[in-house]
Amino acid sequence: MKTRIPTTRRRFLSAAARAAGAGAAVSLLPAPFVLAQPAKVKVGILLPYTGTYASLGHNITDAMIMAIDEAGGTLGGRPVEYVKVDSEADPAKAANNTNKLISGEKVDFLTGPVHSGVAMAMVKIAREEGTITIVSNAGADAVTRQMCAANIFRTSFSNWQTCFPMGPEMMKRGHKKTVSITWNYAAGHEMIGAFKEGYAKAGGQVMKEILIPFPNIEFQAHLTEIASLKPDAVFTFFSGGGAVKFMKDYDASGLKKSIPLFGAGFLTDGTLEAAGAAGEGIVTTLHYAESLDNPANKRFSAAFKAKTKRPADVFAVQGYDTGQLLLHAMKAVKGDVAAKKEIMAAMRGAKLDSPRGPLTFSKSQNPVQDIYLRQVKNGDNAVIGVAAKALADPGRGCGLA
Amino acid sequence: MDVSSFLVQGLNSVQYGFLLFLVASGLTLIFGILGVINLAHGSFFMIGAYLAHWLQLKTGNLFLAIALGLPLSFLVGLAVERLAIRFLYARDHLYQVLLTYGLILIFNELQRIFWGNDVHGVPIPSVLDASVPLNETQSYPVYRFFISLACIGVAAAMYFVIHRTKLGMLIRAGAANREMVGLLGFRVNRLYALVFALGAALTAFAGMLSAPVNSVYPGMGEHILIISFVVVVIGGLGSIQGAFVGAMLIGFVDTFGKVFVPEAASLSVYAFMAAVLLWRPQGLFGARPA
Repeated sequence: MKTRIPTTRRRFLSAAARAAGAGAAVSLLPAPFVLAQPAKVKVGILLPYTGTYASLGHNITDAMIMAIDEAGGTLGGRPVEYVKVDSEADPAKAANNTNKLISGEKVDFLTGPVHSGVAMAMVKIAREEGTITIVSNAGADAVTRQMCAANIFRTSFSNWQTCFPMGPEMMKRGHKKTVSITWNYAAGHEMIGAFKEGYAKAGGQVMKEILIPFPNIEFQAHLTEIASLKPDAVFTFFSGGGAVKFMKDYDASGLKKSIPLFGAGFLTDGTLEAAGAAGEGIVTTLHYAESLDNPANKRFSAAFKAKTKRPADVFAVQGYDTGQLLLHAMKAVKGDVAAKKEIMAAMRGAKLDSPRGPLTFSKSQNPVQDIYLRQVKNGDNAVIGVAAKALADPGRGCGLA
Repeated sequence: MDVSSFLVQGLNSVQYGFLLFLVASGLTLIFGILGVINLAHGSFFMIGAYLAHWLQLKTGNLFLAIALGLPLSFLVGLAVERLAIRFLYARDHLYQVLLTYGLILIFNELQRIFWGNDVHGVPIPSVLDASVPLNETQSYPVYRFFISLACIGVAAAMYFVIHRTKLGMLIRAGAANREMVGLLGFRVNRLYALVFALGAALTAFAGMLSAPVNSVYPGMGEHILIISFVVVVIGGLGSIQGAFVGAMLIGFVDTFGKVFVPEAASLSVYAFMAAVLLWRPQGLFGARPA
């Protein structure tokens, strides 16, 4: 026992010395600086940090904080406190999680989510409470249509935007008859519906709409059917594992050689490595591509990679622009979070230099953005053109003017 | 629809039918011999699929995953029989339905705890990741042929065991008259445990084989359970032969239903079942009620 005492005492002394040193360092700061620290701006983040969409949640969060850190880490001169809640991409928990942030934490701004089901619940509460909300991914059309409100903004996309331009593009290529295939769920209906709208306007005919129960990925009977219908092309939307499986099955069925495959952009985002050669040549439309050649994208991609060691993607871009929009609005009111009207006006009028290209907002507060035409080349989405310049969602059913 | 597409859809139907047969044969075997209605049967399909996913990740080889997963699922089957099913033999069907439904809930919760609620894909083994051209526009994936071959192999082995071995004789005898087999001095409990575990392993095997062509996701057991009950009811409860014919019929009805009446695709198999039962209430190969 005796031998241990000196050690303890020495440890105690050194710890005490360190503490004294730290105390001295603090006391060296000029006192007024500490006192003048203004109240923090609370930014609520409702994103999935566990489960299938965890990587999306992390990319959106990290890029958003990166945007604010690049501008000095403050919003309108005030320090920022980020309050993160794991949405688990579970619509059943969305209302509870939203209330936790709005009523519990009393956040000044609310951002997120990834999942459209979560978004619907979140937006419903946010419009009642009046909390300024920026949807940083979920693409459900309704968010900036029937559900739109003066305090609801979106920095990502509407499902409609990502697919509508593909219709005219396919007609331009001479594909007059098409079969569509997707999952029988809300996002699938919206994506295929938007494609069909653009395609019909351009004079195309959708021969058959194949709907598969979600999340079933047994495509065999439907692929055989496509072969017998002999369309000029196929338009599809699947995501994640379903997208990989569909590209592989389409290739394995031999259809790819005779009937070209077109898709909503998310078909080939984050899925190409797994799809391998089966993905080559597929043409998609989306509001971003990693290979986009503009200075903002080059700078952003390098900075994101340096900060997180992960490659930037469309989700990170959306998070980055959420950060940019917050910066812009808070700068306009010099950090006064109580000036909600002015903040919302500043957001509506924002012109962001996004990695995806110039970004403004439509009357329904959804992004007005270029939709790119992309083709998979060597496992990468190469930009081969602009499918629609400065495309705005029609915002049907939204009363904002 | 032209002839070649028709033939390819036929191929799709047969392939789906074989897979259904693997699941349904286990179900009908357990009912025919143990007299137990096993609602937890679909859970074994799910367990098989998750085992394939998990062991494939660990070993990097689907065949190795199946080789390890089969004895594992057999053991799970033995454990379930010993801990739960054994107490039901003398009971009414209602008790069996209640207990095995409880087992579904337990297995689903265990799946959530062990593997989470994500949807997983299992890659096709690279040796089988190729296609055979069928006509000028279409090819057929080799892995699907492999599934059918494996199912044919299992069906042949089952036929051999049931008709040519002593175990098979006992199984047939047990199906015909359970009490008599016991009275003749055979250890019925052991026979039952073996049959139950074999049935479970068969279903798990079907789950493993189909993991690469279907995804692996929560609730996958319930869907296959319902469709395999349809197969068994059409074929006649307890009849292996009936399960085979029922599985093939459902394979065709489901595949062609998706193509010809897509609006009612999920309905077609049930409408077919209703029609069969109106015509033969005991199923195609079921014993006529006395």
